[in-house]
Amino acid sequence: MHEITEHLVKNFEGQLPHLPGSDLNWVEAMRRSGLELFNDVGLPNTKMEEWKYTRLRTLEDTRFQPVNEGNGAAKVDQLPTLFTGQKEIPRIVFVNGCLRTDLSDLDNLPDGVLVHSLSGSLAYDPVWVRSYLGRIGQMDSRPLFALNTAMMNSGAIVRVRKGVIVKSPIEMIFVAGLTNVPVAYYPRNLIVLEENSQATLINIHDGLGVGPYFANSVTEVDVGNNANLRHYRVQTENLEATHIGSMHVRVANEANYETFSMSAGGRLSRTEAFVRLEGEGAHCRVNGAYFMKGREHCDNTTVIEHVVPHTKCREVFKGVLDDEACGVFQGKIIVHKDAQKADGHQLSRALLLSDKAEMDAKPELEIYADDVKCSHGATSGQIDESALFYLRSRGIPDALARNMLIRSFMAEAFEEITDEKVRDAMANLFMHRLPAQCFLSEEWTRDKLSNE
Amino acid sequence: MLEIKNLHVAVDGKEILKGIDLIINAGETHAIMGPNGSGKSTLSYTLAGREGYDVTKGRILYKHQDLGEMSPEERAGNGVFLAFQYPVEIPGVPNTTFLKEALNAVRRYRGEEELDAMSFIKLVRQKTKELGISEDMLKRAVNVGFSGGEKKRNEILQMAILNPVLAVLDETDSGLDIDALKIVSDGVNALRSPERATLVITHYQRLLDHIVPDYVHVLANGRIQRSGGKELANELEEKGYSEFAEAAE
Repeated sequence: MHEITEHLVKNFEGQLPHLPGSDLNWVEAMRRSGLELFNDVGLPNTKMEEWKYTRLRTLEDTRFQPVNEGNGAAKVDQLPTLFTGQKEIPRIVFVNGCLRTDLSDLDNLPDGVLVHSLSGSLAYDPVWVRSYLGRIGQMDSRPLFALNTAMMNSGAIVRVRKGVIVKSPIEMIFVAGLTNVPVAYYPRNLIVLEENSQATLINIHDGLGVGPYFANSVTEVDVGNNANLRHYRVQTENLEATHIGSMHVRVANEANYETFSMSAGGRLSRTEAFVRLEGEGAHCRVNGAYFMKGREHCDNTTVIEHVVPHTKCREVFKGVLDDEACGVFQGKIIVHKDAQKADGHQLSRALLLSDKAEMDAKPELEIYADDVKCSHGATSGQIDESALFYLRSRGIPDALARNMLIRSFMAEAFEEITDEKVRDAMANLFMHRLPAQCFLSEEWTRDKLSNE
Repeated sequence: MLEIKNLHVAVDGKEILKGIDLIINAGETHAIMGPNGSGKSTLSYTLAGREGYDVTKGRILYKHQDLGEMSPEERAGNGVFLAFQYPVEIPGVPNTTFLKEALNAVRRYRGEEELDAMSFIKLVRQKTKELGISEDMLKRAVNVGFSGGEKKRNEILQMAILNPVLAVLDETDSGLDIDALKIVSDGVNALRSPERATLVITHYQRLLDHIVPDYVHVLANGRIQRSGGKELANELEEKGYSEFAEAAE
């Protein structure tokens, strides 16, 4: 076994009794099969096609330790919510992989909606959990999914019962950092929307302070017949964090799945969405936005499978890369043999603010049916110099003009978010991280003074 | 106000302007006429400070300051305005936001208070009404989906709001029908005053029926070949530019 692989699963036997579901044989068996698979395959490396553009250097270089209860007690001064001050929004909060009941608030959950931690759910209704957990995503050839399965230590389990329509968004917040040594934690989420139900869920991953940590998160999603799930994701990890988050989704008859992944932090991050359109009339929208600077690396990898006829997907990823940042987009649409009348559209657009920034885009269509409508496009480019000059010729300072052009480029991506409240909050959070946001008055004043 | 001395400008290493001399005083309106490819647009971009237009010799003094030392935004702050021949489309930026950012940037530069939302809207409403611009054009993204005439009117709206000292109009008449030409010209004439100056760059004489110049210059082959009063425009309309094209050969 490779040294790094060995290190990540060190003390597995020692930790096992303390992990959620330790009293359930099937959970232990699941963990052991994950461990075995991870040991067999090892850490992903750039020789694997799916990992060609993303080298897990941070995992190779740092020896991450398992989290302990002390890490979970870290002080959180400001909760990274999209809805500051709005107490009516239900939320479940984990800090360094530990449930924090003092920060969570699930009092306002409507009837028919169940939100538990992984361990809470395994205690409350293990039979139900067993019928979904580990059964939606494919672990094979996905070593980090397997590692998560072996080590899963936190996460939220959400069940929306048949016909229940949840109006308010529900937040699942993961905060990490402020530990003495680099730690690894493994959230495992399960979201089940039963027939005819509707909900909006938001996963937030935020980092505290500085110092490296490794968040390896897996979310399994089941969208039942005629159900409608909006599933948003905010990644604002700290500067040294490694974040790998994967979503494994199946969408049933006439159901809708919409996701939007915003990545604006982390030293190295990868967001994966594996969506299977398994029911006729199933529809998914898989979108995202990213802003990377310094030497940050951000990877968005998606695989959307049209399994049956009359399914539809739309995919839009847009991002901004500054300094020496690197972006990766790998988007694959697979149309199975029987999936006639599939409708797929994919777009990746990157804006490079520096000569040293890099974008690797790999759009792929794999079509086995003969009556389909599929398109894809990928572009990366720089700020339009003629637009920049036009703005500057009207007196708008260079930095603000650039900011306006970046904003307008990104605004189009956020239009893809159909929940207006979430769209505004996410766009606002994103735009405030862009370069030169508050550049204007200072620079302008300074210039003026030096002229006089 | 504007003093251009022996101006040579190269684009991509190729010399386009080959020694221009021109003096424009406050209160004056000058017209530069010339055939296609004579360097008219190069002159207007050079005045506005576009990158890639390299002054290789000579200089431009504006209010006794070296214009070449100023960034495009500083030029705008100091009152230089260029109405573009081809206004740029900027998707995703609403026209109103653009106008407000521009006006407030210029006001900040001039040491004036920024306009609050109410006063700004009031100002824009008044100007749009004068120029026959629809409210709809304000809500849309800058120049996106605008007709040729709408784009030109939008340039004049920007000019009216930014209130420049030196307005340079580059082929503002192209793509305008008679009615639009009248509106645009009225907008320009409304800004004429003893403190300001206007430089109209055009291929055709018809704009000069509406914006009557004090002086007309003929630009061909990168140089001013002849200068005169407004009657020179009529002469050019009759005879065309062939005389100057030959002279330049």
